Amino acid sequence: MSESNQLRDAAAIVGIGATEFSKESGRSEMRLAVEACEAAIADAGIEPAQVDGMVTFTADTNPEIEIARNLGIGELSFFSRVHHGGGAACGTIQQAVLAVNAGVADYVVCYRAFNERSGHRFGSGVQGRPAVATAEASHFSWYAPFGLLTPAQWVAMFAQRYCHEFSAGSEDFGRIAVADRKHAAKNPKAWFYEQPITLEEHQASRWIVEPLHLLDCCQESDGAQALVVTTPERARDLPQPSVMVRAAAQGAGEDQHMMTSYYRETITGLPEMGLIARQLWNTTGLGPADIQAAIIYDHFTPLALPQLEEFGFCGRGEAKDFIADGTIELGGRLPINTNGGQLGEAYIHGMNGIAEGVRLVRGTSYNQPEGVEHVLVTAGTMVPTSALILGAA
Amino acid sequence: MTTTDVDEKAAFVAKLRAFEGLEVGVEEGADPVNQPMIRHWVEAIGDANPVYVDPDAAAQSVHGQVIAPAVMLQAWVMRGIRNRPAEGGSPRDELLRLLDDAGFSSVVATNCEQEYDRMLHVGDHLRTRTVIDSISDEKQTGLGVGHFVTTRVEYETLDGEPVARMLFRILKFKPGTGRQAPSDDGAKARPRRPRPSITPDNAFWFEGALQHRLLIQACDHCDTLRHPPEPRCACGSYDWHVRDASGRGTVYSYVVNHYPQIPAFDYPLPIGLIELEEGTRLVADLVGVDPSAVTIGMPVVVEWQDLDEELSLPAFKPAK
Ligand SMILES: [Zn+2]
Repeated sequence: MSESNQLRDAAAIVGIGATEFSKESGRSEMRLAVEACEAAIADAGIEPAQVDGMVTFTADTNPEIEIARNLGIGELSFFSRVHHGGGAACGTIQQAVLAVNAGVADYVVCYRAFNERSGHRFGSGVQGRPAVATAEASHFSWYAPFGLLTPAQWVAMFAQRYCHEFSAGSEDFGRIAVADRKHAAKNPKAWFYEQPITLEEHQASRWIVEPLHLLDCCQESDGAQALVVTTPERARDLPQPSVMVRAAAQGAGEDQHMMTSYYRETITGLPEMGLIARQLWNTTGLGPADIQAAIIYDHFTPLALPQLEEFGFCGRGEAKDFIADGTIELGGRLPINTNGGQLGEAYIHGMNGIAEGVRLVRGTSYNQPEGVEHVLVTAGTMVPTSALILGAA
Repeated sequence: MTTTDVDEKAAFVAKLRAFEGLEVGVEEGADPVNQPMIRHWVEAIGDANPVYVDPDAAAQSVHGQVIAPAVMLQAWVMRGIRNRPAEGGSPRDELLRLLDDAGFSSVVATNCEQEYDRMLHVGDHLRTRTVIDSISDEKQTGLGVGHFVTTRVEYETLDGEPVARMLFRILKFKPGTGRQAPSDDGAKARPRRPRPSITPDNAFWFEGALQHRLLIQACDHCDTLRHPPEPRCACGSYDWHVRDASGRGTVYSYVVNHYPQIPAFDYPLPIGLIELEEGTRLVADLVGVDPSAVTIGMPVVVEWQDLDEELSLPAFKPAK
């Protein structure tokens, strides 16, 4: 496998748009999708009819043709979907980059919309899924009958082993939550605006599944996020400053299972993210020292730690020391999740994190660090996943 | 629950188990098998079969003479309203008092299995020999937390000819500790666990589990073991056989579930990622251990759980 590609600075994100983030939107997922796409297209300064490509998650319930009809987009020459839940987030942008570079589309809208709190709650897990005889359903046969049913539980199995091998503990996970909530407290769009937490409050929150406390788990949210991607040439003529996709990558690791890669020789790393890291560094020629801020996927805090390790911000097992003294908070060496992350702002399957990456490059984050040149954005962990490096034109 | 609680429970179960195999005593029927009692019984039940009451019809039947209904067995040695012997005589009395004193004061009969060697005829005079067969671990049932006590009753004629035997099971439980409103069968009231989805690739494993066999798929060509099962070995072979795992392993990682709570399970629910001594890993429930006492590296051994008529699963408990 060539661990670099030709799509360095090959496309730009020129528009972002979202609905409000809530616990009960009071409207259909479809309407949320339409509203977010409309806002992103308006932010890009283009007409809906100029859009000719659309990408979303296989998990999304809102067909691209429905949105196209609602917005007057008209004809579509490119449409694609990415699998594996939150692992798809940055993959949707990669699909758009490929499409505009291949010339199969000029302007591609990537979107994700759901009522994930007031509708079907992901936190309830797979307890109600029909036991159909497909490979994808039968995967859960090794977990659901034993009561290992939810994403938090699947992650906890990894987290316990991580603690064991690296002498880490719940407080190390808590520092991710504290940083997220500190940033959310300054973001008026965040659900937990003006509600920071302390490490003591994290420790005192109830167990969801040991070793995860309630405050280690992301929110369940209603909302939608959309982004518009085009070529660098077209981007130059648009009102917003171009945010270049320096590089985009997907990765599925060896012996990869959906949320339960428990059978590898060691389960304390995220080799699929390591594969992505190598692609991003090799493609851009950049390294960890060149990244000034990062959006580290945080459905559950424990998995933020090995992500920092896989990208080389610190050595294996050393993330707990790396994050110990404010490194990941605004003012530190690598502020992460400046929007509040999915614990603090909203859980929109990572798409709101990409939008925050765009704001960081534009210089418009509510928690804007000085001198941001490059932002790393990652997608869901323990699944086949994706990531981006964004930067100024 | 603390480790001390677990120790105390184990000590109590050991005390109960000391009663297993003890003879409760011998009782003799007040009357031999007789036509008036048979007649009253079949009239009450509404069974009009002449073989029970009409000597001529019975003579024409395969039995050749009047027989007593088989399920009337207990009636022939039942104590009825005669006075019981003085308090505390038998090991069963002692066992039940021990359970009463520990708070398991309520009782319900749950099962009765009878096995007959031959039909009973007018004039057969029976006696019983009763032995305490088994006492279960503490179980959470729909009615409450309790222990099942099974007695085995051997029926024989006064000449010593065995004619039938019976297993009789009661549940001694703590009132008010049930999961839901009492029903006739607490176990049935519990919702079933999420079903595995069965495919041609994994069916053998769940079928093996029903027979309490912990199977591991092994490649015919290179003998590599793989779990979860898959159709093809990395060596290229699609042919495989199964190996029976020893059932011994260690805890590679584990979780303790608190929320959400699914009615099919008890919480907190410890679940392990078990590394079998054969080298493969599997996820399974941890039983017989306080969740706070689970550690990575802990040696464990399989204990089968029969969850319903179509699902048995391995669980793991601390190895001795
Ligand atoms: Zn092989």
